[in-house]
Amino acid sequence: MIENALGIPILSILILIPLLGAGALFFFPNGQKEAIRSTAFGVALVNFVISLILLFYFDSSTYKMQFVEKAAWIPGIGVEYFLGMDGISLLLVLLTTFTSAIAILASWSAIEERVKEYMIHLLILEAGMIGVFVALDMILFFVFWEIGLIPMFFLIGVWGGPRKLYANIKFFLYTLFGSVFMLVGILALYYAHGTATGEYTFNLLKLYEVSYPYNLQWWVFLSFFLGFAIKVPVFPFHTWLPDAHVEAPTAGSVILAAVLLKMGTYGFVRFNLPLLADASRAFTPFILVLAVIGIIYGAFLAMAQKDIKKLVAYSSVSHLGAVMAGLFALNQQGIDGGVLQMINHGISTGGLFLVIGMIYERRHTRLISDFGGIARVMPVYSALVLIIVFSSIGLPGTNGFIGEILILMGLFKTSATATVLAATGVILGAAYMLWMTQRVVFGKITKRENLNLKDINAREVLTLLPIIGLIFWIGIYPKHFLSLSSASTARIAEIVERNAPKAERAERAAHVEGAAHHTDMNETGHAEAHGGTH
Amino acid sequence: MPAGLNINLYAVMPEILVTALALLVLILDFFIRKNKAALGWVSIVGLLCILPVAAYTNEPYPVFGGTVVADSFSAFFNVIFIIAAIFTILISMDYLKKIGVDRGEYYHIILFATVGMMVMGAANDLINVYVGLELMALSFYILVAYRVTSSRSVEGALKYFVLGALSSGILLYGMSFAYGAAGSTNFMEIAGELGKGDNTFLTLGIILMAVGFGFKIAAVPFHLWAPDVYEGAPTPVTALLSVGSKAAAFAAFLRVFTAAFPAFQADWSSMLWLVSAATMIFGAVVAISQKNIVRMLAYSSIAHAGIIMIGLLVFNDTGLSGVAYYLLVYAFMNMGAFTIVALFRNKGKFENIDEYRGLASTRPLLAFLMALFLLSLAGIPPTGGFAAKFFVLSAAIDAKYYWLASIGVVSTAISLFFYAKVIFYMYMRDPEVGAETAPSSGVIYNIVLFCTATGTVLLGVYPAPFIDMAIKAVRPLLM
Repeated sequence: MIENALGIPILSILILIPLLGAGALFFFPNGQKEAIRSTAFGVALVNFVISLILLFYFDSSTYKMQFVEKAAWIPGIGVEYFLGMDGISLLLVLLTTFTSAIAILASWSAIEERVKEYMIHLLILEAGMIGVFVALDMILFFVFWEIGLIPMFFLIGVWGGPRKLYANIKFFLYTLFGSVFMLVGILALYYAHGTATGEYTFNLLKLYEVSYPYNLQWWVFLSFFLGFAIKVPVFPFHTWLPDAHVEAPTAGSVILAAVLLKMGTYGFVRFNLPLLADASRAFTPFILVLAVIGIIYGAFLAMAQKDIKKLVAYSSVSHLGAVMAGLFALNQQGIDGGVLQMINHGISTGGLFLVIGMIYERRHTRLISDFGGIARVMPVYSALVLIIVFSSIGLPGTNGFIGEILILMGLFKTSATATVLAATGVILGAAYMLWMTQRVVFGKITKRENLNLKDINAREVLTLLPIIGLIFWIGIYPKHFLSLSSASTARIAEIVERNAPKAERAERAAHVEGAAHHTDMNETGHAEAHGGTH
Repeated sequence: MPAGLNINLYAVMPEILVTALALLVLILDFFIRKNKAALGWVSIVGLLCILPVAAYTNEPYPVFGGTVVADSFSAFFNVIFIIAAIFTILISMDYLKKIGVDRGEYYHIILFATVGMMVMGAANDLINVYVGLELMALSFYILVAYRVTSSRSVEGALKYFVLGALSSGILLYGMSFAYGAAGSTNFMEIAGELGKGDNTFLTLGIILMAVGFGFKIAAVPFHLWAPDVYEGAPTPVTALLSVGSKAAAFAAFLRVFTAAFPAFQADWSSMLWLVSAATMIFGAVVAISQKNIVRMLAYSSIAHAGIIMIGLLVFNDTGLSGVAYYLLVYAFMNMGAFTIVALFRNKGKFENIDEYRGLASTRPLLAFLMALFLLSLAGIPPTGGFAAKFFVLSAAIDAKYYWLASIGVVSTAISLFFYAKVIFYMYMRDPEVGAETAPSSGVIYNIVLFCTATGTVLLGVYPAPFIDMAIKAVRPLLM
């Protein structure tokens, strides 16, 4: 069953294209590296263009799932092949297709060995990530979630740095450990829904409709929390991240930071908040504490790093802490900020890993002390680095600023203390980032090896330009992006809001399901949500 | 009871046919002097012809005086046994030449072991269970010792024989208690006697029988034989032992406990809870430190037995069909993994996991398939291993066994570690300079690998028809 304006199963196509591309690459002879690279990039580019088409057909006025596809998969137990997207998914899918194309471009000269396998893994990974963001069946979601794990395991393990085995085992075991508990939570929810309604299904939209007993919510929240928090990663589950980042090849780091971590935060928005609203409210203080610790602790750790990649990795812990704080502000502004900051972090941190990869290819070192004054020999590179650094810090005019300000505004309504503490993260972020930039980019050239560094070539500029463009686009006119997801975030905020009685909400949901004029209905809901939060 | 004797040869036709086939192979062995592999081909063709008969034999009423029941449950398991036997014989033909004991009796002993398994699956009477189990076990004692030149093989066989005889004794002892308490060896009649008067001896019988079955499925603490026997036995025999023997023991376990002792379900469930939890954790943790690939797979099979037990002890339709489905998937994925091990393992080479290093560059296809089987054993979607674990765990949660389900997922997470280790060596290490390259797979191996890989993936991607079969299979148990 397909319902969308295009009349074609476009989401399945988005997932299938990279898979087919990977399948086609399988038959390429190993030696034809250029052909393999171009094909992989072509596939990723086509997928990106298709995801852009979605933008034109997407109706941003409703929180309802669009481009829905549904087919029976295991009818006996209510598992469906059920895809659909709302604004949040759309943003993340765009980020995924964009990042995948960029990642392939970034691996052009960095990966020389086993190019074919590498590209196959990248494309399978892309399919898995898109699947996670559009799956509306819990089991399908879980399957995609796990599928993403395997190519990443190979990307780090085969093409990684010297300590890749250690980093890889840590990454794999951590994430798998979390996800198996998530599976238990999914099953518990499934049976609770079945007992309550008599219909056993993993259909997320149907699972939304039931209000679960608080005790069950509490445990399911905990099991989901383990799965998602490890992925995000929330302090104290973050220890796998720096290792994985440092050992992963550049493209691996880019995808890891830009998209894979977002799978965790996406899980919180898509599942924890709307499914387990009561437990979400109960857990809010706990999560805010962890988020704030993550922000500050991550920033301090970043400050102490000697390796640039590790510094950026710890900055991710700090930034993702901010995203979590925004989501668990439990109001629309906070969630808006959280969602936008997911995208922002993808862009800026992805960009940072790219520029680190470029300098690493030239010097085969990432130690801050090995650089200094490279602005003199690589002016173009340094200018672009500076812009990305500004975006990461959240300088006004760049995307980071919008996300952070929304998060802090939303958070203020929930907890002033948390806001003050979270805001220190912004200052600390400026401190470690600028300090690093100063030591690497500015000053005198202290090392002889740096005298002859070549500035970045056209391909590398081409890799970075879209990122720079997005930084300013979101920074100057964020409405384009915010408006895509605002209906969904408003809906989620409405669901978790304390005073919304559950029965009324369920009734309205049922009404909206059936009503033909869903847009009108939604606007009422929208207005109410605003009324509640402002 | 002559009135209810109800002789129906059709119901036991699969068993009769496999026995006849075994006898045919036994006779042919005298005439075929040189090329013993021909006997293997005869067995395979015969089994392939019997397969549809076994799959469609479905007589829901007990026959032969209530001792045998050829229902959908036994048909489902018969299919598993026959498939496992076919794969085993296929990989044996080359393997036996390799180890230099290319003898004819091997094939008919495998067929007799298969008959034993089938008798266990269709038994509706304690005596029949025992006869089937002994036929299977005696065949395996011989098969395990088949690498006569290797002291490991003989040691394994001796261990298996001594401990197996002991466990058979315990099982029989338990059966005698059940008989004494209920006055019958028939499952239905035992079930009818339950709850009348003092059940102390019946309880004792149940415990002792659980020990006997626990030995055959290698549940902790009755698992001690498994690693040594698995390592010592010829690899195809190990594969059959881990797939067929385990499935047969589970089939009988399921049938005895659900048909004869349903009234004691709460009691035996809580007993099996402990066994299952210990088996899952112990198997997974100990497998981590194994260097030998067969021993690793042995402990992995112990861990799997623990997870399968969950489905038995929760005692609902999801759980029981989960057990059946799990064993079907396990037949494919474990058989696949053992096929690759059997292919490589030769004269002390490719014994250890680190000898698999760099396989991805020397034998990319085999490395890929091995990775597929291992990931399936680890329960990573979209493979059959995931679907199987999913059904069993879902049954546990349905029955509110949250802790057991959590232990199950923890065991799964731990087990990923040692499965991934093999993948590490295959993909993330370069081949050792000067090391012997892995042998290539011939046509026969390719057929087995293709079938097992297809089964592993298909059961994960499109489980719907097969889970329906499993549900249909266990329906007689729940009536």
